Amino acid sequence: MKKTLTRGCLRLGIASLMLLLSGCNFWLFDPKGPIAEEQMWLIIICALVMLIVVVPVTIMGVVFPIRYAKGKRVEKYRPDWQHSNRIEAVVWTIPILIIIALGAITLVTSYTLDPRQPIESEKPTMVVQVVAMDWKWLFIYPEEGIATVNEMALPVGTPVEFLVTSDTVMNSFFIPQLGTQIYAMSGMENRVHLMADEPGEYRGFSANYSGFGFSGMKFTAIATNNAGFDDWVAKVKASPESLDDERLAELRKKSRDVPPMHFASVNPLLFTDIIEQYAGALNGQ
Amino acid sequence: MASNHTIVTEPHILFGKLTLDSIPYHDPILVTTFIVVLIGSLGIVGSVIYFGKLKYLWDEWITSVDHKKIGIMYIITALIMMLRGFSDALLMRSQQAIAVADSSGAGYLPPEHYDQIFTAHGVIMIFFVAMPFIVGLMNIVVPLQIGARDVAFPFLNSLSFWLFVVGALMLNISLFLGEFAATGWLAYPPLSGLEYSPWVGVDYWLWALQISGIGTLLTGVNFVVTILRMRAPGMKLMQMPVFTWTSLCANVLIVAAFPILTVSLTLLTLDRYIGTHFFTGDMGGNQMMYVNLIWAWGHPEVYILILPAFGIFSEVTATFSRKRLFGYTALIWATACIMLLSFVVWLHHFFTMGAGASVNAFFGIATMIISIPTGVKLFNWLFTMYRGQVEYSSPMWWTVAFFLTFAIGGATGVMLAIPAANFVLHNSLFLVAHFHNVIIGGALFGYFAGFTYWFPKATGFMLDEKLGKWACSLWTVGFFLAFMPLYVLGFMGMTRRLNYYDNPVWNAWLIVAACGALIVLCGILVQLYQIFASIRDQRKNRDHSGDPWGGRTLEWSTSSPPPFYNFAHLPQVRDRDHWHDMKENGLAWQRPEAYQRIHMPRNTWAGVVISGFAMMMGFAMVWHIWWMAALGTAGMIASWIIHAFLNDKDYYVEADEVQAIEDQRYRRLEAADDRVEEADVVTISV
Repeated sequence: MKKTLTRGCLRLGIASLMLLLSGCNFWLFDPKGPIAEEQMWLIIICALVMLIVVVPVTIMGVVFPIRYAKGKRVEKYRPDWQHSNRIEAVVWTIPILIIIALGAITLVTSYTLDPRQPIESEKPTMVVQVVAMDWKWLFIYPEEGIATVNEMALPVGTPVEFLVTSDTVMNSFFIPQLGTQIYAMSGMENRVHLMADEPGEYRGFSANYSGFGFSGMKFTAIATNNAGFDDWVAKVKASPESLDDERLAELRKKSRDVPPMHFASVNPLLFTDIIEQYAGALNGQ
Repeated sequence: MASNHTIVTEPHILFGKLTLDSIPYHDPILVTTFIVVLIGSLGIVGSVIYFGKLKYLWDEWITSVDHKKIGIMYIITALIMMLRGFSDALLMRSQQAIAVADSSGAGYLPPEHYDQIFTAHGVIMIFFVAMPFIVGLMNIVVPLQIGARDVAFPFLNSLSFWLFVVGALMLNISLFLGEFAATGWLAYPPLSGLEYSPWVGVDYWLWALQISGIGTLLTGVNFVVTILRMRAPGMKLMQMPVFTWTSLCANVLIVAAFPILTVSLTLLTLDRYIGTHFFTGDMGGNQMMYVNLIWAWGHPEVYILILPAFGIFSEVTATFSRKRLFGYTALIWATACIMLLSFVVWLHHFFTMGAGASVNAFFGIATMIISIPTGVKLFNWLFTMYRGQVEYSSPMWWTVAFFLTFAIGGATGVMLAIPAANFVLHNSLFLVAHFHNVIIGGALFGYFAGFTYWFPKATGFMLDEKLGKWACSLWTVGFFLAFMPLYVLGFMGMTRRLNYYDNPVWNAWLIVAACGALIVLCGILVQLYQIFASIRDQRKNRDHSGDPWGGRTLEWSTSSPPPFYNFAHLPQVRDRDHWHDMKENGLAWQRPEAYQRIHMPRNTWAGVVISGFAMMMGFAMVWHIWWMAALGTAGMIASWIIHAFLNDKDYYVEADEVQAIEDQRYRRLEAADDRVEEADVVTISV
């Protein structure tokens, strides 16, 4: 009776925990792509491994002062005891073993989850160029010849290579449910490979403080099937706006909480131009 | 606030960039604060003059080179600054608790204000609370623990302190004159460059840190030399008390790391003042270089803060377990390992910058390796309690609070150290929770333990134990409530430094965090009342023996407070727990037959005067008042030279004066002994 009750409670506990974690509130535990999923398991495994140390230390931290409180177990009191090879061996060995295990995981995942590592897929990788601006995100689709602000789309199941730079201060390009973030820095191109497994609208934002409009520097990443993506591209192409010099100059002005924008056409070299204005001829290259 | 200021590009010849507009008279919060601060300061200055204490203050404190007094002044400043830094925390927590909205303008703090607050909070808590707190404790304790009469360079010590005060003052002036940086506490360029932050905020940041940073560097030099050269005869390195050992490691780190800060700040200053391009976006400037440099200082800085706290836990645990410290040698080696390793992990602060897999893996694994010696230390303290007789004094409460909190902080640190996991945890509230977890649960709780533990040594009377335990409980509960939700929010994907957010799910957790901050506030109020009540009841709480806790190390062999020369006779050390050993062998409180004259440093005006000119220089540089900057610099150099040529820097305390002071002490001791016998109680039973 008691056993079934405990078991029932345990099951209920695990179930509610899973429910809590699988709810869409916990972006890091609700991955929508292979990279984010691996990262979720990495975090969970590491947290569990760390419990091997955290739990005994916390328990000992409470139990020892209670057990050996003044006046208790006086017969065991050993005021001059200060060394034990056995204990030393244990307290060095356990952390060392844990760190060897975690170190191995670190080593492997540093390579497998390297942002520059292409995602293996039958489908060819799609390229999206990302520019951090004050305070909005500009997305350029070089193959489609379109550009958008604070909204981007990607076909489900297609690996995407994001080329990331900044036209202003340092930012960090991050869509938590797809995984890895990467810094956006002026004059430099950073790369991150991500892929969506499930259709949906995912929040993206800057994860590196970049000034007064930083909090509103967020965008929607729309993951759809191929048809949906083509529709989206068609919709952008149908926009009356195109990203010419005039519109670009406007975009470069500081603005906050910018609503999504669509541009039917864009200078195909814009991304390179933006990088080179910082790192170009003036650098003596 | 920044947006309200007109940017003066052509500085006025007399006033530089300073205009009437620089005073934020349009902000009622700031004006009220200013009036309160003004009335408060006038009240303090007024009463000092009224009671004729100005000369006393100048002779006994401001010009003092006595390490104990400098230590006390450091800690007072740290506590005052903690109130300011904590007000910032409350403002942030309350803003985030209400700022759910679809666009900016939510809550009561606009980003122009809010962003200065989180910048100031970080800068204040690290540079002007944690640093002075631990430097203050080192000042009070280290010379006593090693049986020295003062630090190696007493004048430098005074100068260090006053330079630090200048930094703190400049930071506070920025509240009422101009504005503070709104860049985050480490002011990454290009955001902190002239192009993106044309106002004076970053300049205040630069000069406040530069001036106080030089002070810290001098402290580092001073303490390394003090510990290596001024130990009592017979005290070998491996006989030094653990707090001294950890202080030594921390100061070696200061000496090695602070020059990096000085240089990074200088290069950024040049970028902003004379148009160089070290870190700008263009002309070959490299923002990544700044981030590397600042963290090459910043990571050792974390260990500068926490290593001495580890030392405090070691002292406290051994004393109150009534046992020798378990694994002294292992602990020292662990500390030394951490000290060395702290220099090869800085890149873990920016795995997301895009370094290659091999680089990230190296820094990730190096970071994890640090957790090995740290874990060993935890076990050493635990086994110090094992088979002991643990006494629940309030320093021990802080230590147990540390055991409860720190392991979690360490574990989340290891999680953050895995580059691939860091890619989603970086800059999230998980990170914010992690570093508050280690700095509050690790460093600050240690400082509070040390503060309570050594308070009677510095002042001569004990802090109220009951209130101390209340403070510790409130802090611990408040800490868990304030920061565990932030771990959760990190998993929910909330990033740091948000002024508003449009995800209503986060709100409940942020409200819990705000409640946690309020409980911490109660803890702080109890601490303030504890200090007040203990001063009020100091007769009752007086420590007559000089050894109220049954201590084990040399500082407890002196009276409380110790005479200005610390030791009438330098002790001949032969044991790690030398004072304990003396007590065991009946050698404690033995009266020497004769006294000798003692060589002591004289107080000097130079520290405060040089710092005054440094303040003039720094303030003038912020506002581009060139004539005043030149005057300040000239004044600094001139007063230093004058001080260098003064010969009257030291004197001898004659033997009969020493005898008089010591006689008084032994009379007090005897009186106290009688009282103890009459009452038949131990001083600290709770």
